[in-house]
Amino acid sequence: MTIPILNASGCLDALTAPDVARSLDAFVTKTVTPLPREGNAPPRFAEVDGGMLNSIGLQNPGIDAWCDEALPSLRALGVPLWVSAGGFSATDYARVCERLDGLADVVAIELNLSCPNVDEAPETASELVAAARAVTGKALYAKLSPATPDIAEAARAVADAGADGLSLVNTIRGLALDPMTLRPSLGRGAGGYSGPALRPIALACVHACASAVDLPIVGMGGVCTGKDAVDLVAAGAAAIALGTVLFRDPCAPARVRAELGAEVRARGARSAAELRGAATPLATRAGLSSCQATPKVLQIGQNVTA
Amino acid sequence: MRRELLGVVGTEPIGAYTLIRVGRGSLEPGTPGQFFMLEAPGRLLPRPMSLCLPPDRELAFLVDPVGPGTRALCELRAGDAIHVLGPLGNGFDLSVDRPLLVAGGIGIAPLPYLSQVLGGPPALLGFRSEHHAEAACLLPGAEVAIDPRLVTELLPDDPGDILACGPEPMLDAVRSLAPRAQLAWEAPMACGYGACYGCVIEIDGHYERLCVAGPVLREAA
Repeated sequence: MTIPILNASGCLDALTAPDVARSLDAFVTKTVTPLPREGNAPPRFAEVDGGMLNSIGLQNPGIDAWCDEALPSLRALGVPLWVSAGGFSATDYARVCERLDGLADVVAIELNLSCPNVDEAPETASELVAAARAVTGKALYAKLSPATPDIAEAARAVADAGADGLSLVNTIRGLALDPMTLRPSLGRGAGGYSGPALRPIALACVHACASAVDLPIVGMGGVCTGKDAVDLVAAGAAAIALGTVLFRDPCAPARVRAELGAEVRARGARSAAELRGAATPLATRAGLSSCQATPKVLQIGQNVTA
Repeated sequence: MRRELLGVVGTEPIGAYTLIRVGRGSLEPGTPGQFFMLEAPGRLLPRPMSLCLPPDRELAFLVDPVGPGTRALCELRAGDAIHVLGPLGNGFDLSVDRPLLVAGGIGIAPLPYLSQVLGGPPALLGFRSEHHAEAACLLPGAEVAIDPRLVTELLPDDPGDILACGPEPMLDAVRSLAPRAQLAWEAPMACGYGACYGCVIEIDGHYERLCVAGPVLREAA
């Protein structure tokens, strides 16, 4: 039993880098919304201490054009496909999920409930999950913000609303100022902070949620090495996603997988999954489903399960 | 798309800029106008640089030290090693009858390689100071304008096939004078291969990723 490695949504285009997508256990698309979006005005990213800020603004062709133009090419890649769904209301999320529900190639839907770069839907995360749940039988992963005041409570709420898993975490809002003008470096002002500085924050969120709910967790946030991946697994993640590291190193999936294997061997474990939850006392491992009677299982694709 | 750890062969100041030479490894030099992502020591993100010259078994990049990443690159020394990804993007269309190379400032970067491939066509260069203009030594025979004179003032009435690289106002001016010009645009890039959507420029009313649509564009942007 291995730990699947995915990309974080918005950190890879499988169509411009098919070999990178094929090096993953599943490819997660950039967020798709009901209508096309041009995204935010540049500058859209800034390198800052400990990571980077981005403010892309969910640029995407809209669900109809995505189905017509992107899906056939993505299908041809032969990589299990997760689609990130977004919107600005429960109706938006339902519309995207309803369309995806009929697509056999889509293994799972990740609900982007926490983009820091666009206006938020008025509904709560659990209401958005419930709206999606009502229209699809696909596996639904709720992507939560690390800025959620009580993320364990939010995890319980989306679990109750029908989520099949959690994606933890999204970027956290940050601001950088141009050193000359002292105006925001990004066109929209603030942006989503990602990279190494997000790692301990993601670790805390995964740790808190793994103890709170019985759902598989895709852990992400600043993972650069196999050791970083082991930490997230120990905190309770069933899979790992790579984000910002892909920008500097498109070969990161193979490298992190190899490093993860070496870390596991160095610890005398037979598989990475054996280390899962090592950070959490056995008595409180609500989300570590391997010992549960009716576990929620990570569905990564046809050939790989964990 | 290949990424390799390449040894730094040497660096040399050329006016205000630095020419960084790295061993080529198994990377191809690509088409003039294509670019590479260079690991900037101590920085999270690599920096996009078009290939300046392809010496034997080497790749050479001209870098303007304008920020922490480019300064770190300029401080590299022989014996250091950096990861390099490329070549990336779309270079110049070389099937031109009467090429005229035009560059402003660090926009000279891709022109020495381009000139080599095209057999040394005429070139016009603009710089903001005498010190910056020392880089004109990379294109022997080029006509040089120094601020306040603009490179566009050197354009002949019938410029032929312009291949240009430089700051946005310069490229806008070239395009208004020569709508069919091939223009190599510049934008900050986090990844260089279409993953981040950070380098968009407006083309026909839509944001397009410069790293995959360009950086060389014709009749657009």
